[in-house]
Amino acid sequence: MRRLLTSILFVVMLLPVSAKAVLPDEILNDPALETRARTLSLELRCLVCQNQSIDDSNADLARDLRVLVRQRLLIGDTDKEVLDHIRARYGDFVLLNPPVQSSTYLLWYGPVIFLLLGIGLVFLTLRRRNLVPVDIPPDESERIRLTDALKQLGEK
Amino acid sequence: MMRLIYFLPLLGCLCLGVVFFLGLDSDPREVPSAFINKPAPEFSLAPLPGRANASQADLGNFSRTDLVRGQPVIVNVWASWCIPCTAEHPLIDRLVKQEGVVVHGINYRDKAPAAANWLARLGDPFSKVGFDSDGKVGIEWGVYGVPETFVIDGSGIVLFKHAGPLTPEILEQDILPRIRTHK
Repeated sequence: MRRLLTSILFVVMLLPVSAKAVLPDEILNDPALETRARTLSLELRCLVCQNQSIDDSNADLARDLRVLVRQRLLIGDTDKEVLDHIRARYGDFVLLNPPVQSSTYLLWYGPVIFLLLGIGLVFLTLRRRNLVPVDIPPDESERIRLTDALKQLGEK
Repeated sequence: MMRLIYFLPLLGCLCLGVVFFLGLDSDPREVPSAFINKPAPEFSLAPLPGRANASQADLGNFSRTDLVRGQPVIVNVWASWCIPCTAEHPLIDRLVKQEGVVVHGINYRDKAPAAANWLARLGDPFSKVGFDSDGKVGIEWGVYGVPETFVIDGSGIVLFKHAGPLTPEILEQDILPRIRTHK
């Protein structure tokens, strides 16, 4: 029994810890809202450390923004309203997922365009290669040079 | 004609090279403000407690109405714990005393005695100083670090924002021309 408990404890300790930078006093009582807050926090960039989400970051500003996300959820904002609220203040850069808009079309659709260009290029190259005739019978002057050359070889 | 196609990869590489070379000059930490050419946010701050009464100081509340008085103003976000704020302080002083610009301060995530002491020690060029101890108004302004400096025209529209300490170049090239054209 004791051994079983120890093994269970050991396995539990190996589990990834899901709470990252979130402090106990930030966590909402309503588990559904807290889950939404955590998901939203993963979408928002911490502008102090830049390539961490506010869910990951220990920066003061990240904590302020996590608290703000939860306050907005508590007054009944939808997920989109929360993100828009923060985006209105910090700009598009605060979203870890860049929005699809005219300034980011190249970012989102560029890879598809380059893939299509590549496929087109491969297609063209292959077609041109097929167009090169392989079996052309030698013309009159070539035939004369060939027989001459073969003759010379035969004499040696 | 078909030979030219073999130079396309080289051309592509050269284009990329130019893009990368230009990119060397830009600062990846610089985040464009969401407020450029847009109205400054609504806010209202109590004055910094314990602030001494300097000649141009106004010890009242600092709110958005202070930004719509017809003449361009500067809003500077600072804190006593912020070393770059100390570094740029002489330039704020110069803006006020030599250029006659009105500069308001937002004291961000600070302790009142430390902030008042900082002003007493370095000099107090600010008109109003709002006390944003919990950083809530900072979030309204999209502040992500101190110091940050905003140039606002006389009608509350944000013309320019600089994150990080001011330099004489930024003053001459970005801030003063905007102040002069809106005066």
